[in-house]
Amino acid sequence: MNRFVLPFVVFAALAGVLYVGVKHSPDKSTMVSALLGKPAPAFELPVLGDASRKFSTSLLAGRPWVMNVWGTWCAECRVEHQALLDIARQNRVPIVGLNWRDEDAAALEWLARLGNPYTVVAVDGDGRTAINFGVYGAPETFFIDANGLVQYRHVGAMSPEVWEREFASRLPQVGMP
Amino acid sequence: MSAGRLVTLQMLALLLLSLSWRAFAIDITVLPNEELQRRYQSLTHEFRCMQCQNNSIADSPVGLASDLRREVAELLVAGKSDDEIRAYMVQRYGNVILFTPPLAASTAWVWMFPVIAVFAGAIIGVVIVRRRSKMVDTDDSIVEPEEVTR
Repeated sequence: MNRFVLPFVVFAALAGVLYVGVKHSPDKSTMVSALLGKPAPAFELPVLGDASRKFSTSLLAGRPWVMNVWGTWCAECRVEHQALLDIARQNRVPIVGLNWRDEDAAALEWLARLGNPYTVVAVDGDGRTAINFGVYGAPETFFIDANGLVQYRHVGAMSPEVWEREFASRLPQVGMP
Repeated sequence: MSAGRLVTLQMLALLLLSLSWRAFAIDITVLPNEELQRRYQSLTHEFRCMQCQNNSIADSPVGLASDLRREVAELLVAGKSDDEIRAYMVQRYGNVILFTPPLAASTAWVWMFPVIAVFAGAIIGVVIVRRRSKMVDTDDSIVEPEEVTR
């Protein structure tokens, strides 16, 4: 009897370690941003479709905004596009598109064909701004609060559910008596 | 050819195959001097490619990895230390970008577990060997002659 106790205890311990390991493995969809609660990196980038104009994050100082990282090469970005259009129609918060490692012509064609949910699209051709935000795949969507702090980062396609739960809930409530 | 030599040759072939990953090197970055180049090689093998998580940024062909290699090269040329470059990456991507986690309270068990496992294994080994060596002393079973010659 006694000789089965030790192997069983060892097995249980190993199973426990592996269970914790699997549960906490870096799941791509739940990896939290290293920037949470920290100031969003400031950037100034050319505006898509009009390189003579620059978009600067200082323009949005003092108000909450959303940044959506996308590219025409990104399949999930096509999936979330309708959700973004619906969100933009509510007109509650500026949505800045960060066009990441993309071709300007392809990006413009995409927006002309599918509709443009963005308040403004900044062109991050060499990916430096994306790195400053710790972006590791598109699409990613950030919520930046009125104090300029990153409050949430969603990895993967945006959906109405994610929007309501994680983004709309962080906006100042409107229409309250 | 004897079976033994065949096995040796097979092992040798396997060994050679296992080395051939070097042929997939995809990075052609050249830094101004050998010292920087050496540090570049070593640093790019320390950072995880976040898109394909079991590759380092040195071994990954994806666009983000090449962007991160460019960052490393530029920071090196700008005179940053290895620790400053590690901090730069961790600040943006978190500790998960490091293949070697830092020693902190939350990661202590990661570092302790192998040590504990080796000690546990050694103790179990000693216990088993002691038990068996006692068995030889007390073994009075009769051995049949044909069993010995077999």
